[in-house]
Amino acid sequence: MSQSNSDLSLLGVFSLLSLLAIGGGTAVLPEMKQLTVEAHHWITDGQFRDIYALGQVAPGPNMLMVIVIGYHVAGTPGALIAFAGFFLPASTLALGASRLWNHFEGSPWRLALQNALAPIVVGLMAAGMIAIARTAITGTETTLLAIAVFALLYFGPKINPALLILAGGAVGYLTLS
Amino acid sequence: MSAPQPSLSPEAAPPAAPGAARVSISEIFLTFLVIGATSFGGGVVAYLRNALVISKGWLDEEQFMTALEISQALPGLNATNMSVIVGDRLRGPVGAIAGFLGMTLPGGLLVFALGVFYASNHGNPAMHSVLAGIGAASVGLLAAVTLQIGHKQLEHFTELALVVITVVMVSFLHISLLAVLLTVLPLALFIYRPRSDDRPKIPEEEAP
Repeated sequence: MSQSNSDLSLLGVFSLLSLLAIGGGTAVLPEMKQLTVEAHHWITDGQFRDIYALGQVAPGPNMLMVIVIGYHVAGTPGALIAFAGFFLPASTLALGASRLWNHFEGSPWRLALQNALAPIVVGLMAAGMIAIARTAITGTETTLLAIAVFALLYFGPKINPALLILAGGAVGYLTLS
Repeated sequence: MSAPQPSLSPEAAPPAAPGAARVSISEIFLTFLVIGATSFGGGVVAYLRNALVISKGWLDEEQFMTALEISQALPGLNATNMSVIVGDRLRGPVGAIAGFLGMTLPGGLLVFALGVFYASNHGNPAMHSVLAGIGAASVGLLAAVTLQIGHKQLEHFTELALVVITVVMVSFLHISLLAVLLTVLPLALFIYRPRSDDRPKIPEEEAP
C-alpha cells in the first residue's frame, strides 16, 4: 500500500468511527478493532490490546489510542491524521448541533431521543467491553485480575480507577512475565 | 445564535448567567488543559463539573446538565464534546478550539510518546506483561462503568431488551455499527416516541 493510500484510508476509517461514536469511545471499540485488525490488517489482535492499554494510562479523552494506531500505520503524520480523523468530525458536529439543540428546548422529541439512546449506549459499552475482553482475557491470571478490578470498583469504596489500572500493570509485570 | 455569551440556553435566557464577565481565550485553554492533564481513570464528567461549575462558575448545574445531555446524544467523546460546546458558549468557535486543544493536548502528547516507545521496544517481554495486566484491569473497569451507567436500563424489560439486541448484533452477529444504529435507533425512537397525552405545551411561534 502506498503512503498516500494508507493516509487516505486512515483518514476515512477514523472519520467514520468519529461519526459513529454515539455514547462515547467504548461504543466504537468493536468496529475499530474490526476495521484496523481484520479489514485493513494494520495491527494484530495483540497490538490492538496493547495499544488500548497504552491509551488507558493517559489522562483526558478515552480514545487517544487512535494516535498510536496512526503512528503504526504511517509514522508521525499517521498519528496526526488518525487524531484529526477521529476527533475533528464529531467535534465540528458538536459545535453546530449544540446551537441547533437549543432551538428544540421543550420539544418532546428531545426527551424521546435521550430515552432511546440510553439503552443503545449501554449495549454498545457492553459490546466494547466484550471486544477488549476477547483479546485481553487470556488465562487464569487475567481473568482474576479483571474480576478483582470490577469487584473493587463496583462494590468497594470510592477509588480512582487510574490507580487500579496502574496496579493492573504492576500485577501483570509480576505474574505474566 | 452567534453572540458568544456564557449561556447554554439562550432561549430560556437566564437573567444573570454565572460568570457573565467575558472569559479570555487563554483562560478557556488553561482551564481545559488542567482538566485534560489531570482527568485520569475515565471519570472526566466529575472533573468537568468540578472545574466548570464549582471552581470557575462558568455554568450552573442546569446548564452543565444540558451541555452533558447534548454531548451524550451526539457522536464523539463526552470530554471533547463538552470542551467544544462550553468553549463555544463562552467565546464562540475560537473558544471551542481553545477548549478542544486544552482538553486533548496533555493526554495526546503522552500517548504519542508512549506509542513511539512501544514501537521501538517491540518484543520486550516486560513491556508486554505490563500492558497485558493493564488490558485485563481495563476489562474490569469497563464492566464496572457499564453497570454503573446501565443498571437503570437493566431493570426494565423494554430497555433490557434493547441492550441485549444491541450487544448480540455487535458482539455476536458482528453487524457493522452503522447498520446497528440505523436499525435499533429508529426502533427505540418509535418505542419512546412522544405520546400526544404527555406532550408539553410548546408555543407554535417559537421563531425568534
